[in-house]
Amino acid sequence: MAERTVEMASTHGLHARPATIFTQAVAKAGVPVQISKAGGKPVNAASILGVISLGIEKGDALTLVSEADSADTVLDELVALLSKNLDAE
Amino acid sequence: MAESTLRGTGIGRGIAVGAVLRMPDPLPEPEETPSTLTPDAEKERARASLAATAAVIRHRGERAGGSAKDVLEAQAFMAEDPTLIDDVGVRIDGGATAERAVFEAFASFRDLLVSMGGYMGERATDLDDVSQRVVAHLRGVPAPGVPDPDEPFVLVARDLAPADTALLDLDKVLALVTSDGGPTSHTAILAREKSIVAIVGVTDALSLADGTEVVVDAGTGTVTVSPNDEERATAIARAAELKAARRSATGPGRLADGTPIPLLANLGSADGAADALEKGAEGVGLFRTEFLFLDAASAPSVEEQKAQYLRLLEAFAGKKVVVRALDAGADKPLSFLNDAPEENPALGLRGLRALRANEPILRDQLTALAQADAESDAEVWVMAPMVSTVEETRYFTALAREVGLKTAGVMVEVPSSALLADRILADADFASIGTNDLTQYTLAADRLLGSVASFQDPWHPAVLKLVGEVGAAGHATGKPVGICGEAAADPLLAVVLVGLGATTLSMSPSALADVRAELARFTLDDARRFADLALSADSAVEARAAVTAAATAAATS
Repeated sequence: MAERTVEMASTHGLHARPATIFTQAVAKAGVPVQISKAGGKPVNAASILGVISLGIEKGDALTLVSEADSADTVLDELVALLSKNLDAE
Repeated sequence: MAESTLRGTGIGRGIAVGAVLRMPDPLPEPEETPSTLTPDAEKERARASLAATAAVIRHRGERAGGSAKDVLEAQAFMAEDPTLIDDVGVRIDGGATAERAVFEAFASFRDLLVSMGGYMGERATDLDDVSQRVVAHLRGVPAPGVPDPDEPFVLVARDLAPADTALLDLDKVLALVTSDGGPTSHTAILAREKSIVAIVGVTDALSLADGTEVVVDAGTGTVTVSPNDEERATAIARAAELKAARRSATGPGRLADGTPIPLLANLGSADGAADALEKGAEGVGLFRTEFLFLDAASAPSVEEQKAQYLRLLEAFAGKKVVVRALDAGADKPLSFLNDAPEENPALGLRGLRALRANEPILRDQLTALAQADAESDAEVWVMAPMVSTVEETRYFTALAREVGLKTAGVMVEVPSSALLADRILADADFASIGTNDLTQYTLAADRLLGSVASFQDPWHPAVLKLVGEVGAAGHATGKPVGICGEAAADPLLAVVLVGLGATTLSMSPSALADVRAELARFTLDDARRFADLALSADSAVEARAAVTAAATAAATS
């Protein structure tokens, strides 16, 4: 099991476009990943509706968890993605 | 046949005659009857229809390209969403049909988004659209959506979403009539961009039946239902006249009395230069430089910037090019300029404020521009975004002149700058009014928030009064006052802005022909009279109506 925490960097949080970019990256990685806000319920990180429903804003602390073996690289990539301002791209 | 007239807000001045085609009504809600199939069979039906719908939406996105592609791609992901598919499965296990399960699952996510409000609430329409498409596929009926007949038609709808218009065959759309939406709705913006005849906010538009002949006159904001022979003939003649006026309105922008009003282009990169010139742009009134910075983790070097500026300046040799210094913040955040979270980014460290906090970036940009200026034949003007004080004006012009730029001005987007325009223009070489932000700040309505979109109307007398302050200050100091915002692309409003003292107008190149033709219809005295009428109105709607009536009278007298 691998786990990471990261602070949301995009200006408008994890909404429409940044959420699309993020969930696509998870889907492409092909391993199950759960995402949650501090103290919140985890959702499937490949689900755009699940991710949007968390209402993630800029500055929120997020936890990514994967039960898959060798998920470290995948989680590191996802952390890097969330640390960028996806609204600016 | 009963004849009647419907009214709304016309976009532009076009007129069209044609038969109505309505956007299909939404499908009825699937009934709550228990399924007669096994849960596995229902799940398979749902899975197949969700996948097929996602594929269709994605295909439409690829055909549409541009910003519509992003919207449609996000919609395709909604149809393939694992959380949603799980939710559909749970409902089917509870005995629901695939239709009902899909409907309920989408509706529950929709309610969730609506309860989140603001930007998220506005995505609810996207979910509704996907839900309708999947249910239609399950039922084997055509998906509700834009009609695609062989003959040109007048499209009547409640309002049009980007997903609707992405694949609309604009060559076949004679006019757009919507029951909802205001002058800044997606429909209105599309109509202005593509020069389509449009009237929005026509309350009874949905009472129009398919096939009804109508005359759509955006100039007067009226839809004439089942016109008689004379009305039809007048409209057809008027449409031909307008078309001829547009075609013959070539050359530099000027009023009917010969007063020159140079017409300039708003450009976001050097790529649009050829198109702007072909459409008759006499220069560039707003060159946005954000494209140089948006993809960058750090600011580009002086050399890199200079090469980009030279590309544009060479295309406009001998002409004026007004370059805006980097305008980051609010809707265009750049992490290396301002990374601090702000509760109200539109009121935060943005525009010149952000540049000043990072002076080396501003200095590099101005230096690159000065070097490009020295190597080209274009006349380079530079201006600072979002200036709110006289002191900021002095800071910017001093820095620009220090690096060797000859003409330095400011954008007037904040009411404080408009009110002190006489003092600002005592120092700045020119002012350029950004009407979108000026409207946002004057009416305290977030430009990006649909729920307050009705406030975002540059016809508002308060906004026009501020424009008039800047115009008067320009006249008193003998300095140019330009307009670079959505407002300059509205042909009749452009005339009002000239009446308020604007000396140049800058807009997206596709709007140039209509504005040029409109300016040629009126004298400076007309424009000033229209400006007085608009200023004395109580609201944006009244201002538009008063000037429209006066313009119609002036044109026929």
